[in-house]
Amino acid sequence: MSDALDIALRLVAVFVVFLVFPLVIGQTEHKVMAHMQGRLGPMYAGGFHGWAQLVADGVKFAQKEDIVPAGADRRIFQLAPAVALLPYLLVLVAIPIGPHNAVGQALDAGIFFVLAVMGVGVLGSLMAGWASANKFSLLGGLRTAAQLLAYELPMLLAAASVAMAAGTLSLPGIIEAFHWWWVPWQIVGGVVFFTAGLAELQRPPFDMPVADSEIIFGAYTEYTGLRFALFLLAEYAGIVVLCALTSVLFLGGWHGPFGADGLGWLWTLLKTVILAFGVIWLRVTYPRLREDQLQKLAWTVLIPLALAQIALTGVVKVVISS
Amino acid sequence: MTLAATAAGHGFLSPSGVEIAFVLVGIATLGAAVLTVTTRQLVHAALWLVVALGGVAVAYLLLTAEFIAWVQVLIYVGSVVVLLLFGLMLTKAPIGRSPDADSGNRWAALVVALASAAALVWVVVDAFRATWINLDGAAQGSTEASGRSLFQYWVLPFEALSVLLLAALVGAIVLSRKSGEGEAAAASLTNGAARAPAAPAPREEQR
Repeated sequence: MSDALDIALRLVAVFVVFLVFPLVIGQTEHKVMAHMQGRLGPMYAGGFHGWAQLVADGVKFAQKEDIVPAGADRRIFQLAPAVALLPYLLVLVAIPIGPHNAVGQALDAGIFFVLAVMGVGVLGSLMAGWASANKFSLLGGLRTAAQLLAYELPMLLAAASVAMAAGTLSLPGIIEAFHWWWVPWQIVGGVVFFTAGLAELQRPPFDMPVADSEIIFGAYTEYTGLRFALFLLAEYAGIVVLCALTSVLFLGGWHGPFGADGLGWLWTLLKTVILAFGVIWLRVTYPRLREDQLQKLAWTVLIPLALAQIALTGVVKVVISS
Repeated sequence: MTLAATAAGHGFLSPSGVEIAFVLVGIATLGAAVLTVTTRQLVHAALWLVVALGGVAVAYLLLTAEFIAWVQVLIYVGSVVVLLLFGLMLTKAPIGRSPDADSGNRWAALVVALASAAALVWVVVDAFRATWINLDGAAQGSTEASGRSLFQYWVLPFEALSVLLLAALVGAIVLSRKSGEGEAAAASLTNGAARAPAAPAPREEQR
């Protein structure tokens, strides 16, 4: 009975995180972008600092009519937002935030689980792009697929480097094995992982698939109301997952700097939030990459860098163990 | 007979919850696979394939082969199906039925499928009929166990397979390069030398 209760409590905790964190990231994005770009719009709703902007957005999305285009493939069109969003909920189950088994479910092959399930989320964008019966949507879907194929590989290779260093595929196991000098040792892999993750989430500067000035809003052009909100939520959930994963794999998770481990899960949270801030910052700073530049970056820069990181990891690992 | 003797305590008449779940997942997987080949809508076929491959992954999980299950999801659902959908969208993926999504070879295909399924089932049943997985003990399909057996006992097939993949990779590069140069040469022949340098194919298309 206590086992069942334990599992239920963990799942509820993960679900609460899944419901709260993406919204916090969304609100932060509103505010940070407003400050960085001197925008006044998001600063009015509710009075102080526009705190109610997110609520207003939610009400707006809920009020909108849910439209399915006449020529669309109804079932797939309606299913796509769920396929895009649910993988991130599953991924959160496996990400550890603190010591002493503070994780939804410790998995033996945690890295593989996380990367595999994150890749499934892209199917949602593909389904949306195809089922909308809209040329711009189809183009967006195509760009999404091309981007995923280009960036899945460097992401995997960078993660493999950390797994080699730790000698385990389990996420808590990797943090257990972490030492401070892993940060300079794995820094290249970390940058590759984070960049590839941004591209997989279609965040600027890698937002070719939703480039509003070229193809309206890519695969999500035909969506309105709550289904559209679900796609947006999937993007923010993706940011949470990517930042948490990067901090777990490359920044030591709950280990603080200089051996200050006392705070535990707060360190994980702090690193995740700082990385998420960086993601938002990149959005307001960098222009969009062109499709060919994007592919070139993946195949000629990120993959060689990731391979070099794996070679370095292997060499150092052998030197240490001998 | 040998089955009943060696499998004492594992009767077929009193299945455990995991066994029931395994059978149900198997039925769902089979159904999705049949739909994959019978549906007239190309993209639906690809999406049913996702369900079938996911079902196989769940079956691996129930057999305690966790590592293989996640690799299945990563490679097949995450990459192969995405590539498939990419190809479909790039060429022809109408919404609704494709009248040409049918083949005159369907009976031959059915015979081949049934024959290979029968062979596989026969081999697997013959090889593992008295083997039971102890669910309470250490996981037999954990990453560590899989890695050890792969790199201790199965190194040679593993390396041979990687050579095969390398050959396929090189072959793909050679094929795409040749056609690219051939077209460029043909273009320069037909259009004259003046336009030839201006029309190199984008690098991404040559890959």
